[in-house]
Amino acid sequence: MSTIKNRLNLWGNLILVLCLTAWNATSFAQQRFPKPDFESGYVQPHPTTPEPRALWLEYSDVLVLIIVLALAAWFVFKRRSRRGILWVSVFALAYFGFYREGCICPIGSVQNVALSLFQPEYVISLTVLAFFIIPLIVSLFFGRIFCAAACPLGAVQDLLVYNPITLAPWVNKSLGLIPYLYLGLAVLFAATGTDFLICRYDPFVGFFRMDASFLMIVLGVSFLLIGLFIARPYCRFLCPYGVLLNWTSRFSKWHLTITPAECIDCKLCENSCPFDVIEQPTTSQSIRKTKADTRRFVTYALMIPLLVGTGAYLGGKSHVFMSGAHPDVELAELLITQPEVENDPDNIDVQTFLASGKTMPELVEAAVNIRREFYTGSAILGGFLGLVLGFFLINQVIFSTREIYEPNKGNCFSCGRCMDYCPVGKEPFLT
Amino acid sequence: MERTKPYNRRDFLDGGMRMSLALGLGGVGGLLLSNSTGEDWVWQIDPFKCTQCGRCADECVLTPSAVKCVHAFDLCGYCDLCGGFFLPDANDLNTGAENQLCPTSAIERKYIEEPYFEYVVNEELCIGCSKCVKGCSSFGNGSLHLQIKHDLCKNCNVCAIARLCPSDAIARLPASEPYLVKGDFIESESTRSE
Repeated sequence: MSTIKNRLNLWGNLILVLCLTAWNATSFAQQRFPKPDFESGYVQPHPTTPEPRALWLEYSDVLVLIIVLALAAWFVFKRRSRRGILWVSVFALAYFGFYREGCICPIGSVQNVALSLFQPEYVISLTVLAFFIIPLIVSLFFGRIFCAAACPLGAVQDLLVYNPITLAPWVNKSLGLIPYLYLGLAVLFAATGTDFLICRYDPFVGFFRMDASFLMIVLGVSFLLIGLFIARPYCRFLCPYGVLLNWTSRFSKWHLTITPAECIDCKLCENSCPFDVIEQPTTSQSIRKTKADTRRFVTYALMIPLLVGTGAYLGGKSHVFMSGAHPDVELAELLITQPEVENDPDNIDVQTFLASGKTMPELVEAAVNIRREFYTGSAILGGFLGLVLGFFLINQVIFSTREIYEPNKGNCFSCGRCMDYCPVGKEPFLT
Repeated sequence: MERTKPYNRRDFLDGGMRMSLALGLGGVGGLLLSNSTGEDWVWQIDPFKCTQCGRCADECVLTPSAVKCVHAFDLCGYCDLCGGFFLPDANDLNTGAENQLCPTSAIERKYIEEPYFEYVVNEELCIGCSKCVKGCSSFGNGSLHLQIKHDLCKNCNVCAIARLCPSDAIARLPASEPYLVKGDFIESESTRSE
């Protein structure tokens, strides 16, 4: 305590001395100590203000994205070359990853789009919009070639696929539900102006920047280590942009095919996919059309409204908890539940608020508004997740007949590994 | 790549879905196009909102931070006894490190003429801790202040510091006017950001 007093005292002295120094220069009202008139010919330096990255370079990033996607489409459909796709992805990793250091990427742009849609005062830049929409439109025609060749996060994992194991279908499918939750949360948090979750928890951007917090490095390294055996874990079980690409790619006009001509059911490609997306031809046993399945289908279909309702109810219930992530709500809650923090000089947020001249009712009103937004948002998120779960269940009892080996159009990254396994058209080399 | 297959119900449904997804994307794109600018955005600190909490030094994704102290020389009083340079309880008014407020000795003090001294920030050493800014704002003209340096800033999609800034001093600016250096703009303009 005495040191603080001492310190205040010294500051007081300092002010006094400073005031005396400036005694003869009080004419300048704006400044305490006006700039002196130098007699020694002193030339005043200027603060440096280096320009940000040039705008044409930002646009050229969009051009690079388009070229990369075009090249990828050419390698997937015309050349049918896994090697070509691999080298394009290495370039994308170098350019979008290590040169551009991860920002802006289509995965993160989901949040800018959500924020700009829900809060029109957030103006989105054209480049970000282009990064969001181009890969989606391309996937409507060619499938997820963005994942195969243009995504730096995908590329860094793809290069480290070492000895991929086959996951049990139920594990694969259940983990595949996580991206929906992640996408929903990311959109909710972005739309309410709370946080950009996807960017904050991007496990690989730290490698691109060669700088990250210890925890994020641990997260990134563990993703890469897991990825040695469970191929591209982030893409399959987390990536929120992958959800959108899955929807568009499912209805793509063209899609990578394993065989260049007629599938001969040779089974050679069966285990070629590290991501378990190759679907086998259906046999008479795998197509079960029993009465029990029909009953299950009807039950699940009837359950969808129930699931959506329950989801919306639970979502609405969780809004108080969720809204706590917003800094204003957090501060208001803290000040209401623990008023004694007002006396804590180390709590920067509280002290800044108290010094800012804003009143408590203003803060509470802002917090209440945000919480109200969260109520609607969480309810919609809950309903959406209920719908996803409903369709997930229904999909378990829908069987379609398939005569050939085909990649699942929604989940396939179009990496092209399977093409090398197909013997069709390579007969001269077989003999 | 095309298999010769009769056009069936499946193809029809796929085509319909593709069309509706394309329309949906077009709708979102069109809606956002009306709320977009061809210009890019960068993050910047409004020095009049900044309360010198010190988080800029720790919360930037870069180490050291892309936030640096800049010196608006036009506003500087060139004081001998600089509130941004000396510790309040400095033993002696000389450039000894034990007398300096700056933890990295990033401010260089140079004698100009009696009784004036020039203070230049060495950005290689500056970590953006705002200790000098606090000193200068409290006891001087406030000519020392923080700015995000765009040759260093990665222009993250969302600024990691902005989220934690207690005074909401960090906001996006059009990339054509990327700085808010004191003296170049005045306090009444400080509301223009955001």
